[in-house]
Amino acid sequence: MNNRIAHIASNTFREAVRDRVLYNLIAFAVLLSAAAIFVGQISIEIEKLVVINLGLTAVSLFGIVIAIFIGIGLVSKEIEKRTLYTVLSRPVRRWEFIIGKFFGLTGTLVVNTFFMAIGVFGALLYVSHKFVRADALIFVALYFIILEFIIICSLSLLFSSFSTPLLSAVFAFSLFVIGSFAEDLRGFAAMTHGFTRWLATGAAYLIPNFSALNIVSSIAHAQPVPSQLILHNSLYALFYAAMALSGAVIIFEYRNLK
Amino acid sequence: MKQRRQVAIIAGACLIVSLAASALLLRHIDQLRPQATLEDVLYLNSPTVLKRLSLGYNGLLADIYWTRAVQYFGFRHHSGAESFNLLAPLLEITTNLDPHLTAAYHFGASFLAPHPPDGAGQPERAIQLMEFGIQHNPNDWKLYYDLGFIYYMNLKDYPKAADAFARGSKVPNAHPFLRLLAAQMAEHAGEYETARMMWSATYQNSQDKQIRQNAVEHLRGLRADEDITELQKLVARFGQRTGQLPTSMSELAAAEGLRGLPVDPLGHPYKLTPDSRIELTDPDYFPFATKGFAPGYKPPQQFHYDQP
Repeated sequence: MNNRIAHIASNTFREAVRDRVLYNLIAFAVLLSAAAIFVGQISIEIEKLVVINLGLTAVSLFGIVIAIFIGIGLVSKEIEKRTLYTVLSRPVRRWEFIIGKFFGLTGTLVVNTFFMAIGVFGALLYVSHKFVRADALIFVALYFIILEFIIICSLSLLFSSFSTPLLSAVFAFSLFVIGSFAEDLRGFAAMTHGFTRWLATGAAYLIPNFSALNIVSSIAHAQPVPSQLILHNSLYALFYAAMALSGAVIIFEYRNLK
Repeated sequence: MKQRRQVAIIAGACLIVSLAASALLLRHIDQLRPQATLEDVLYLNSPTVLKRLSLGYNGLLADIYWTRAVQYFGFRHHSGAESFNLLAPLLEITTNLDPHLTAAYHFGASFLAPHPPDGAGQPERAIQLMEFGIQHNPNDWKLYYDLGFIYYMNLKDYPKAADAFARGSKVPNAHPFLRLLAAQMAEHAGEYETARMMWSATYQNSQDKQIRQNAVEHLRGLRADEDITELQKLVARFGQRTGQLPTSMSELAAAEGLRGLPVDPLGHPYKLTPDSRIELTDPDYFPFATKGFAPGYKPPQQFHYDQP
């Protein structure tokens, strides 16, 4: 990573950390972990399951909300405040600006996930009194959640590069919801014929597949994750993010900023 | 600055008073509409739709529905309700959302199968639940045990109970007890000893305090039933031999060579009534006994789980 990208990334990270919304969401995640302990007490034999399910779901959902709401403003806010002109008047290329913003936001989310994960493991220790080998699988779920964030961040940046913040949020959130149904969409495509099949198959491969990245439920039951899935999901997330970022770079390169 | 602080203090006080007043009013409103806060409604009763709406976070939703099922059963059981209409749908949604949530099968079946007020009185739904659980967790031997248990205890269908135990005994790492139960079912179904084996197994295989306590209550009831049956036989034999019925327990004990006065599993002596029936001294502690109650006795709604 060149120095300019690193500088933009670190500034994005600092800006996000200074953002009060981010702090509030972290506090909410901690509260949810605490709620997990409470829910465990009013149910039967699922204390640990609740902590894992609720904890990881909170990490995932809060991270996605952060990714969308911070990501959509990364470009438009810079244009609105006119700070983008200051940045671009220096020897910084437009693509470096986009890539720097991406790494900054992703880094913010990784740090955010790290602290949320501490909360999840703390809650887990509270209900189980000890860790077992199967608990290590939670790291795999957290890794997949970070892969989700990488995709969402790149999509938010893509939308942010050409649309208003509000519309970008709608687009990004809609894609997250549709992406959760990716496997259903592929099933639907397989059942259709002719042009519809072509269209549905194209859409199914174009939208991000979040369903393969969501393994929270199976991790809660300590079901092992095949190493092939880890590898393929990693590559998929990287390629998908690269695709979305490339689109963002192309659009931003040709965008008239006057 | 001083003025700002005054405003903040007044606003803060106003906030606290308003919050307290609204909470107080809500309590009054709840009292006026007692069923409003716990209305038995399932707005979404399709497990498939709920699974779709969960956006892949179905594990958490299953936990929420399972907790709701527990709370629903707990509240209704506590209030002595006779109907548990939402229990089966809640369990169906829970297990469809997360088919590996084995607690929902183990406990859900024990909520569904017994007759009211101990349960929902729906053993067929309990069996459907267990079969669904076995289909998705074929290597969990405890599910076969629970299935056999329902057939044995609630439906008195001993061949099917034997079949469930036999199926479970073939599962890898199954408890050897299952094979024994399958054999016992074939030869001695309906006997006290078989029932005792079942409840002992339940006690040994559960970590849940209430399930274990429930097993203890059942074992206590079985022992009391067996004792009373035996004592009643002794009373009849005494009558045949002497031509009159015993007037006291000590007379019966002396005549039949018993070692002291016979006592129930809690150590209380059994009573001999003037019409020569054997009764429990404190029947409230024997919710699952079927004998030894005074005519017209009504058991309390809450069991004495905290008793020895």
